[in-house]
Amino acid sequence: MAVPVKIVSVDGDEAETEIAGVRRRVSIVFTPEAKVGDYVLLHTGYAIGVIDEAEAEETLKLLEEIASLSEVH
Amino acid sequence: MKFIDEYQDSKLVRGLACKIAQRSTKTIRVMEFCGGHTHAILRHGIRQLVPKTVEMRSGPGCPVCVTATVDLDKAIALAHLPDVIITTFGDMIRVPGSYSSLQKVKAEGADVRIVYSTTDAVEIASANRGKSVIFIGIGFETTAPTIAASILRAQREEIENFHVLSLNKLTPPVMKALLESGETKLDGIVCPGHVSVIIGSHPYEFIPRDYRVACVISGFEPLDILLCIDKLVEQIEKGEPKVEIAYLRGVKPEGNRKARQLMEGVFEVGEANWRGIGIVPKSGLKIRRKYERFDADKAFSVSLKPPKEPKGCRCGDIIRGAAMPLECTLFGKSCTPESPVGPCMVSSEGACAAYYQYGTPEDLHTL
Amino acid sequence: MDDSILLAHGSGGKLSHELVEKKFLPFLANPALNKLDDSAIFEASGRLAFTTDGYVVNPIFFPGGDIGKLAVCGTVNDLAMNGARPLYLSLSAIIEEGFLLSELERIVQSIKKAAEEAKVSIIAGDTKVVNRGQADKLFITTSGVGIIPPGVDISGANARAGDKVLLSGTIGDHGIAIMSQREGLKFSMTLKSDCAPLNKLVSHMLQVSTRIHCLRDPTRGGLATTLNELARQSKAGIVIEETEIPVKEDVRAACELLGLDPIYVANEGKLVAVVDPTDAPKILARMRKNRYGRYAAIIGEVTGEHPGKVVMKTKVGPSRIVDMLSGELLPRIC
Repeated sequence: MAVPVKIVSVDGDEAETEIAGVRRRVSIVFTPEAKVGDYVLLHTGYAIGVIDEAEAEETLKLLEEIASLSEVH
Repeated sequence: MKFIDEYQDSKLVRGLACKIAQRSTKTIRVMEFCGGHTHAILRHGIRQLVPKTVEMRSGPGCPVCVTATVDLDKAIALAHLPDVIITTFGDMIRVPGSYSSLQKVKAEGADVRIVYSTTDAVEIASANRGKSVIFIGIGFETTAPTIAASILRAQREEIENFHVLSLNKLTPPVMKALLESGETKLDGIVCPGHVSVIIGSHPYEFIPRDYRVACVISGFEPLDILLCIDKLVEQIEKGEPKVEIAYLRGVKPEGNRKARQLMEGVFEVGEANWRGIGIVPKSGLKIRRKYERFDADKAFSVSLKPPKEPKGCRCGDIIRGAAMPLECTLFGKSCTPESPVGPCMVSSEGACAAYYQYGTPEDLHTL
Repeated sequence: MDDSILLAHGSGGKLSHELVEKKFLPFLANPALNKLDDSAIFEASGRLAFTTDGYVVNPIFFPGGDIGKLAVCGTVNDLAMNGARPLYLSLSAIIEEGFLLSELERIVQSIKKAAEEAKVSIIAGDTKVVNRGQADKLFITTSGVGIIPPGVDISGANARAGDKVLLSGTIGDHGIAIMSQREGLKFSMTLKSDCAPLNKLVSHMLQVSTRIHCLRDPTRGGLATTLNELARQSKAGIVIEETEIPVKEDVRAACELLGLDPIYVANEGKLVAVVDPTDAPKILARMRKNRYGRYAAIIGEVTGEHPGKVVMKTKVGPSRIVDMLSGELLPRIC
């Protein structure tokens, strides 16, 4: 499965990533657009996609709305 | 952990579970394609959060489980060849083939190594030039690009002793085969999250169009899965099946073009042999002629005895969603994770292993 | 002496004696061991506890410890889990030909340090050397004897409905620290194994309460397996709250990367205590004063329902069954 990790530094086709203090070197050959500070989905040593933080926010907002509506019921 | 913890919030989970319960009036059957989803659903107690009107079935999305016995036998036979190092993802080694397993041949002296990445396999090849290194290439569209990348690296660095036994399979074709067979009536599909990061949402469009089945792409955290079910219920209640992405932070409609380019440059589509289903046309990946020197099928030949399926094993039915793990008479008795009969009990993505670990519906009565 | 272990070091002759006298004795010296008789003689009366364990950990050196420290702490802890005060250990080492003497020294130093902290003496020992390839560097077996104070009755079968379940600290540290050193997993972290002797912690707990019913250290198989063992032995049910189980952030992250659940990962410096509910708060308070119990927490309780089964209320909300570890703890890929 793929785990969200943060890019700490980029070195050509590879990047140093970090999640809660754990570091791992990954290949960004599929996500050449990834830059320092981005979060990528890590699968068996490769970043397979860059996480869309704006969409993540939107999803959480939607979930918060749903939760507050349910409370009303 | 960012992008994980927020999607486990219990207050948001309660709210969403409530909404689904209110909205769901029809009894529906939904298949979660991916083994990772089955595992997550059971681990996070999603069964208890979802109303009884929603029945969930697991599908063929477990790469180890869908590897046909004859292909596993081939991998085991390759392990017997002189000066060969077999490299494989962990779960494969314990799956029983017709006559042996990779774990057994390893104990008998064969060089079989567990790797966590295709990069490891290439590096083993680079460090052992006197041996042939064969990587057992299982997986779906999430893994295929990484295998392609490893073949390209082997080519670049002239690591000629690196080979891949390509058993990679494709997701939309097997979904089509299942829907076409009509064996298990489905109202909706929880589509795999990380496969979709690569292929996007367009390849699933035939599902609502040709079969009127709802289709929502899901992430793996509890809120992701519930949001997916919420959207599936919504579509089905309205009678408006379509393809939707519930995992918007990870999946774009166009997927990852770069990954697909790399994959398509190294692989071409061919038929594949799926356990429990048989040969499905255009559902597997074969290494292109340009790279055939890295193709284990071309570089080595082994003779195989006829494959034998274990007696009483219902992995095939479970893979197709035609049966649940508990319906297999071997479940929990002669088939357990310590002494598995079939792959569904071995693999951490397998439905049987997940049910065994997280409790059967009977166990739920105690909760 | 040469740089590495030779077969002759195990043959019983001059080199064997040199090995014991130069590499073991100076560090582990005590009256009984120094005698170098065929057996050590000691006196003890009362209820004695006796245990043995083999240590084959790979890699032998890991962040926070090594096989030597593990061999002492593991056996000391097994004695402590029955409420025994550890007295003496025996140590048997099977060494692969070619093992570096400098590494052996490091390990013996480690054993010395751990034994000193636990206040145990190693009074009997043995070394054997096997051909290259016949042992994975070094295997150690330790046996231990301890004395159980009067009135102490601790057993896995003693849990009763209503008892509280206490955990002495964060789980998963040891197993993940070991995995971080494994070839191919390629992640790096500053995490150390939690390998530690827990006898002092246990004796402090016994000082504040006589109503400690069970003690067990969640080693291989993790917290989940240990709780299941207790539930089965006591023929009782156990209910725990996932939100109460302390796990370090980096251990959680490593578990995500590996596809593992921290409740199944090995620990070498933690204990589970099942105690009378009225004494639970003061036992917890005493644990937290000890360096190995700083993050102790009450994680659940014993119930008369679902005997033999462990149920966990997940952080997400619903409850689920927690079974023993089945199969092996292999990192997941997909």
